Amino acid sequence: MIYLDNSATTKPYKEVLNTFIQVNESFYANPASIHEAGVESNTLLDRARAQIAKILRTDDQQVLFTAGGTESNNFAIFGISKANTHKGKHIITTEIEHASVLESIRALQADGYEVDYLSVDSEGIISLQELNEKLRKDTVLVSIMHVNNEMGAIQPIEDAAKIIHANSRAAFHVDAVQSFGKMPVFFQDNAGPDIISISGHKIHGLKGSGVIAFRKKMNIAPLLLGGGQEYGLRSGTVAVPQAVALAKAARMAVENLGQSMENYKKWKSELFDFLLSFGNSIHLLSTLNGAAHILSFSVKDLKGEILINALQKRGIIVSTSSACSSKQKKTSHVVLALNTPPNFVNGVIRLSFGALTTDKDIQQFKIAFTEVMKELKGE
Amino acid sequence: MIWKEILIRYGELSTKGRNKKDFISRLRTNIRNTFNDIAPLKIQSERDRMHIEIETEEQFEILMERMPTIFGIQSFSPVAFCEKDIESMKNLSLLIMDQFKEQQLTFKVEVRRSDKSFPFESHEIQREIGGHVLRNNPNISVQVKKPDVELRIEVRKDAIYMMAQIIQGAGGMPVGSNGKSLLMLSGGIDSPVAGYLLMKRGVRLEAIHFFSPPYTSDHSLQKVKDLANELTKFGANIRLHVIPFTEIQTLIRDRVPSNTMMTSTRRLMMRIADKVREEVGALGIVTGESLGQVASQTLESLTAINDVTNTPILRPLIAFDKLEIIQIAEQIGTYETSIQPYEDCCTIFTPANPKTKPKVEKVNYYESFTEFDELIERAVKNREIYRFPEKNETKDKFADLL
Repeated sequence: MIYLDNSATTKPYKEVLNTFIQVNESFYANPASIHEAGVESNTLLDRARAQIAKILRTDDQQVLFTAGGTESNNFAIFGISKANTHKGKHIITTEIEHASVLESIRALQADGYEVDYLSVDSEGIISLQELNEKLRKDTVLVSIMHVNNEMGAIQPIEDAAKIIHANSRAAFHVDAVQSFGKMPVFFQDNAGPDIISISGHKIHGLKGSGVIAFRKKMNIAPLLLGGGQEYGLRSGTVAVPQAVALAKAARMAVENLGQSMENYKKWKSELFDFLLSFGNSIHLLSTLNGAAHILSFSVKDLKGEILINALQKRGIIVSTSSACSSKQKKTSHVVLALNTPPNFVNGVIRLSFGALTTDKDIQQFKIAFTEVMKELKGE
Repeated sequence: MIWKEILIRYGELSTKGRNKKDFISRLRTNIRNTFNDIAPLKIQSERDRMHIEIETEEQFEILMERMPTIFGIQSFSPVAFCEKDIESMKNLSLLIMDQFKEQQLTFKVEVRRSDKSFPFESHEIQREIGGHVLRNNPNISVQVKKPDVELRIEVRKDAIYMMAQIIQGAGGMPVGSNGKSLLMLSGGIDSPVAGYLLMKRGVRLEAIHFFSPPYTSDHSLQKVKDLANELTKFGANIRLHVIPFTEIQTLIRDRVPSNTMMTSTRRLMMRIADKVREEVGALGIVTGESLGQVASQTLESLTAINDVTNTPILRPLIAFDKLEIIQIAEQIGTYETSIQPYEDCCTIFTPANPKTKPKVEKVNYYESFTEFDELIERAVKNREIYRFPEKNETKDKFADLL
């Protein structure tokens, strides 16, 4: 199987699985317990937290473990909005966010919050000018994803942060689920985002593990209430094995970052040339300016599903624009936001690379895709 | 990387007359200790400054990170070298000023020309280099009186030295240059701050902690160890003496009226601390007491507790407000550890109404029915001693997992 759907999820590293098993076998005590075994789990948890804090360049206490990207995004959005009603009830986000951001914000909208959705250009990028215009005195939260999951557009996070911090009191949340471990992602003193969401299973870690991290101490309301774990902000017995596995996956991702980024870039530009050779029957949604590990494109007058099946027959796994929405029959909101030509809106497929992707996988894809195009389009 | 050495200025040390040599060698040892986890440093010390050679970028980052916490350093600067010709000097000055290019700021060039044979005079160097920097950096302008950045150029026999940043050090005196004291470390907010302040004045510390299992947990002991470890980053090793205190504490509870219990407990702690102090050759005992903060810290209580020894008891926080103490604790990074909510031996068996004005004679009288000496001997003998900074081996059973 040639797996080119790493933005949906990744295969866990062997080392990460080993860590998960060993921690479950040897350090299964509740880190909140006061007996020796508990203290030991707690020490291990602290080490995992410190390791991630170091990568993100923030203080240890500003890293909280969650059950994944969706929880981190929900927590950031509800937590900041609910704790800061005294400042206002206005939220800004973009049209192309992940569903876990959009649906959370829609729920707040139904609750009386005002929301502005920033539009994007044909490359999927927001306009900083529009952001500046939409910012208000009572804006409490701006949520902008770093890398779009469906086509890889990279938002100008640093410039957005400058505008947000200079012109409002809003907290700036960045959904970095698709970028962390694939590109450099970290906090900066007095600049950049305030909150970052991270998911374990996108970086060869485990499903059901994520992180929400803060640049500094923030006024945020907990999403989960209970025993007051994670500095009172995220109740529930902390899943130490998941946390340690995530710390390991993050370390490995960051250590391999230089090599993987180089590979992704090479493959993306190689496949760009390859796809352009099919001329008018292919429309590229991704651009070379976008994230190098995501490449999405569309075949004229074809359903994405058909392409996926045809490639799968040849042992190649790709997805329609996003795994989360691929089971729903409606056209993706991202594809629509990009003003994709009508003949192409249904045929979008996405290739996404990971740290385990090889040169051979890419060559195999090219051979299979050429065959498929011959079969389906007579080209 | 352009930086080749770090230059350290001593500050208060420089005025210390005949003891100066001792202070400087103490500082050098402390610096070596602080960085003993990286390759041995090449340190060269002079009368009023010290030079540390930089070999790798990684080493430079670690040096810059830890240097501000070492006592006895007034300020320090990263230094670059170049050949003794005006072209190399121009190039280097641009490289150094490059770090400021994004900011709008003022600067001046300051020249020290100890090698008088160098063909350019100080003001010529100033003009050449200053002009060159200005031409290449539109954001930078000249301001002679109070510049944001001072580009210092030193013309010495062997090379040209250049620096542009003067980073504040921790001040104070090198730990160990003013003798040794024993710190009573409870695990609360105050005692680590008291230790820190004494270290700042050059006092080397050992720490003592009273451990009463099962009334206090391993968590609370771990917290104290963490605090001791955190204090070592100010430039010295610390030994922590953990006294098994359960037996004595329960005996006090059974033998002494409950409103005097707290005073007696403190007195017994003080007696034990004094024994340990004597054994380790420390001169004083340091506590985090602050006047009026709790019942045991009224002048009457302090008198009753102090009554058991003639050793100088150093209470650097005696006149500090709680908020001031918290502020320092946050600054030195012990606050987060201190506020972890575990029982320590001071909070167990707390009577509802402890005496705030105990009388020495009465306390003596109550204690006179119990023979504590032997128990004290035993507690001191059975103490466990931990050394900080911790060696990496103990921590690294987790290394493979992470």
